[in-house]
Amino acid sequence: MSSSTDWPMWEVFVRSRRGLSHTHAGSLHAPDAEMALRNARDLYTRRNEGVSLWVVPSTAITASSPDEKDPFFESAADKPYRHPTFYEIPDGVKHL
Amino acid sequence: MTTTANAAALALGDDALVLSHRLGEWAGHAPVLEEDVALANIALDLLGQARVLLSLVGDEDELAYLREERAFRNLQLVEQPNGDFAHTIARQLYFSVWQRLLYGQLASAEGALTGIAAKAVKEVEYHQDHAEQWTLRLGDGTTESHQRMQRAVDALWRFTGELFQPVEGLDIDWQALEAAWLTSLTATLERATLTVPVGPRAGGWAAGAGRQGLHTESFGRMLAEMQHLHRSHPGASW
Repeated sequence: MSSSTDWPMWEVFVRSRRGLSHTHAGSLHAPDAEMALRNARDLYTRRNEGVSLWVVPSTAITASSPDEKDPFFESAADKPYRHPTFYEIPDGVKHL
Repeated sequence: MTTTANAAALALGDDALVLSHRLGEWAGHAPVLEEDVALANIALDLLGQARVLLSLVGDEDELAYLREERAFRNLQLVEQPNGDFAHTIARQLYFSVWQRLLYGQLASAEGALTGIAAKAVKEVEYHQDHAEQWTLRLGDGTTESHQRMQRAVDALWRFTGELFQPVEGLDIDWQALEAAWLTSLTATLERATLTVPVGPRAGGWAAGAGRQGLHTESFGRMLAEMQHLHRSHPGASW
């Protein structure tokens, strides 16, 4: 198997069933979007994992930097009033 | 099952089994990892079809692993070696278009194979899509890929006449099937900027006696590899 390929990388998002949102499943190489979708079907849904697929060029994703971890994420932890922990969740509510 | 229904299940089951094994030979060797998995998926779909069809005829393991070459009833097309990737795609294209048309008809008619065909035809639609997508990209790709794809469709053309020889036990309008196959195939090849081959597909110089048990040279070697484990260790399981 060839170790290198010029094909671009794609990020794959799978919706596992209706009502849930698409979740990142992994990435793959493909020459174009149509083939990326088919490769995603073969790689990430062959055991009935999904009902819908998105593929996004990896280059289209802007990621947060590890260097900015503290200013980005540190401050949230010490503000308990931002967490909805003071409510009782009714029994019938799912996916919350 | 009647004898003729048995003959039909055996022919279609052998097609699926042999093509499945050929595609399985790509495992670990495909051009890219993604394609490795794609081909293996198609191989497993076909293996599933083969198991159901051969189980209608008898013991699936005995039929797959203990028959001699002359007892197999598959098309000569499906036993052709993988060649380069373009050859494998051309073989997939010829076979999957035919299989989708045939199984589509079987699924809508009352018969012993109706249920099996109805389930399989959904899988085969994906196989056809896979083959067409690759035919378009290789044919309308680089000069090199175009040449290889053209060479592949030309080389396998003479095996396609056999697709439309009547199969005992299948009540099908084979001429109409052939016309539909040619229409579909011509559209794909033209979109892929490829030339529809012109050589003979039937008659004296065309290949095709697989349904009568006559096979091409490489089939014996393929069978030897496929059967040797079962023959060396009868009854082995895990």
